Amino acid sequence: MRTRPDPLALADLRRHLAQAALRCAPVAVGQVSFGAAGLDDVLGGGIARAALHEVYAPATADLAAATGFAVGLAIRAAGTRPILWVRQDVVDAEVGRLHPPGLTELGLDPARILLVRARDAEGVLRAGAEAARCPALGAVLIEPWGMPRHLDLTASRRLALAAEGSGATTLVLRAAVAPQPSAASTRWQVSSLPSRALEANAPGDPAFSVRLLRHRGGLSECEWRVEWSRDRQSFQECAFQERDVRDRQAEAGRDASPPQPRASPDATPLSRPVVPFPADRPAAAGGADPRVRRAG
Amino acid sequence: MRNALRLVDCDQRAQALGLTRGLTLADARARIPSLIAIEAEPEADEAFLVRLAAFCDRFTPLVALDQPYGLLLDITGCAHLFGGEAALQAMIGRWMKNGGLDLRCAIAGTPEAAHALSRFGAGGIVPVGEDEAWLRPLPVAALGLPPDTVIALSRAGLKTLADLAVRPSMALSARFGAEIGTRLRRTLGYEDVRITPLRPPPACVVERHFAEPMLDAQGLEEVVTRLIAEAARVLEQRGEGGRAFEIHFFRTDGAVRRLFLETGRPSRDAKAILRLYRERIDALADPLDPGFGFDAVRLAVPVCEPLNEAQQTLDRRAVEDEAVADLVDRLVARFGRDRVLRFVVQDTHDPRREARAVPVAAAVSGIAWPAPLPNEPPTRPLQLFEPPQPVETLAEVPDGPPLRFRWRRVLHEIARAEGPERIAPEWWRDGPQPPLRDYYRVEDAQGRRFWIFRAGLYEGGEPPRWFLHGLFA
Repeated sequence: MRTRPDPLALADLRRHLAQAALRCAPVAVGQVSFGAAGLDDVLGGGIARAALHEVYAPATADLAAATGFAVGLAIRAAGTRPILWVRQDVVDAEVGRLHPPGLTELGLDPARILLVRARDAEGVLRAGAEAARCPALGAVLIEPWGMPRHLDLTASRRLALAAEGSGATTLVLRAAVAPQPSAASTRWQVSSLPSRALEANAPGDPAFSVRLLRHRGGLSECEWRVEWSRDRQSFQECAFQERDVRDRQAEAGRDASPPQPRASPDATPLSRPVVPFPADRPAAAGGADPRVRRAG
Repeated sequence: MRNALRLVDCDQRAQALGLTRGLTLADARARIPSLIAIEAEPEADEAFLVRLAAFCDRFTPLVALDQPYGLLLDITGCAHLFGGEAALQAMIGRWMKNGGLDLRCAIAGTPEAAHALSRFGAGGIVPVGEDEAWLRPLPVAALGLPPDTVIALSRAGLKTLADLAVRPSMALSARFGAEIGTRLRRTLGYEDVRITPLRPPPACVVERHFAEPMLDAQGLEEVVTRLIAEAARVLEQRGEGGRAFEIHFFRTDGAVRRLFLETGRPSRDAKAILRLYRERIDALADPLDPGFGFDAVRLAVPVCEPLNEAQQTLDRRAVEDEAVADLVDRLVARFGRDRVLRFVVQDTHDPRREARAVPVAAAVSGIAWPAPLPNEPPTRPLQLFEPPQPVETLAEVPDGPPLRFRWRRVLHEIARAEGPERIAPEWWRDGPQPPLRDYYRVEDAQGRRFWIFRAGLYEGGEPPRWFLHGLFA
């Protein structure tokens, strides 16, 4: 006599099998490398994949750079799998909303992103923890604002455990706050760095000044200057930066005038009249020069 | 005559004193000085009726409004659950009395017959097959025809339905319109048309009624668990899965609380649905208030789709997709549909409308994201301000990049700049066109990269203004 299998037991079995299949996937272990030899050597190959990492921006104005760095890490961690981004509503007001074409420009297909918008920090952490537990995600980006009282050691330990269990690289992005004790595996401080100028003094690939503040493995504080290359999908160290910055400092020391953008041979030197334009009221037209116009 | 306050309706005592509908308020007050008049609120009446219909959901899923002040319940196949028609009628009567309502109730073979009996007859339960005998003595007004037709009929000496029933319907239709024949046939039970319920009946319904009101949250979850398992079994037999689940909690005082769950794919996985339910309960801003207890819980599956039992694959990709879809369902249950989003590209060059975030559940557009040019630095910012933020700038005229600008009270000296990239407004839009924009990618001395634009050109008159539109990584 055949008995009908219980559908609930079947569903259970199915879920167990699926989870086992996900857990033994090779991508769930190992490290996320930066692609820049200097960093990878010091870190012993990269940062742990199944772990919680924190990225701090020292000031609100650096949050875009920190976000870019985190996106680069997420791209390298996720492979082809989806990335979940949890954002608190107030972040949109402070630094603007996420612009998908900008993500494409960094090499991340926006179609792979799931965006969860949370009203408060509690919601951000809840969604983040839920997502970090999902082994099918490549990376989870969590963006709370300010110093939420819910984001304490316990909350970060919860996130870290979830990430270890699932293998999803979990990144917490924070701006303009002093680093707090947490269970993160590494903590980074990222600020923007002048880029390598292109022809006609155009801004080049995104460059970051990256400082490793804390490392579970006991590494001491280090600092690197890296830039993100979309075409190679990797970070690379920029040595030229040193010289560039030194040059500019020397220049600034020589004469007190603000650093003049270096003109390339075919660019017109800045000899045309210049006039300040206040944002909200028309400027008083002082000069009689017909080429000077009022603007705002 | 038009600008007078009139009585819309009056209660039984007022009717006994000789007041009628349509009487002016002044006349009524002159007759009965102690009259209590309340301003009519048709919207509130309707809202109350709809709430009452929701309450009646516990007797049958097919409830329709029968304006004014009436409800039609299709109890076909339901009455025996409550101990027969008489017991059901008594039960509804008790409920309404407790709620302070006067009830006139009739159970008949067709909706029209029940309508006519409850409003123009004595009400009661018509035994099967005796519709005609019960309904023939009713006045012609019971057909629900326009008032002038009723007057015309009575002038012709046709006072009751019996008078109409014996006349050939052809002659009646020729004189009073086709409507009268149809109404008559339906009222007398020759023709039966189902009611159009207020809410479409769900494809699958399971429910529990309790002998005693249930107060305990744990017990309630137990019941919901059992209902979900039961619904899953029903769905499995049909080879279907639910896309939406609706749980109704019927409170003893008549209030009905509804919870709505949605899944991204058809599902009949009892555990997953239960998890969604827990998420939903957890995320409620106003928790489920049991009051004096719930006396019934119903699980309805309004949207079903075919779901075939597939061979479980161990293909990692398929398993991953499944896991992500489950995660999305849980996040939607907790945060709401419009908070779990996916980006879709829009077919426009305007950066403000280039991309849109839509709920994951909404349809996905087939257009791929435009690929960036190789060996080029990012030309679009990572963060975009909406609306753009005005900045004070110092710039070359007519089309040089800014040399420095002030944003949020901080002065940024520009070290590198590229531009302008001219972006015209969308020409296909109506109305006054906004000025065209000249965008510059600039980098300040600290290495912060901005996307700045000048709205318009320097061409006499008001000078153009500058805005910060986005931040690069």
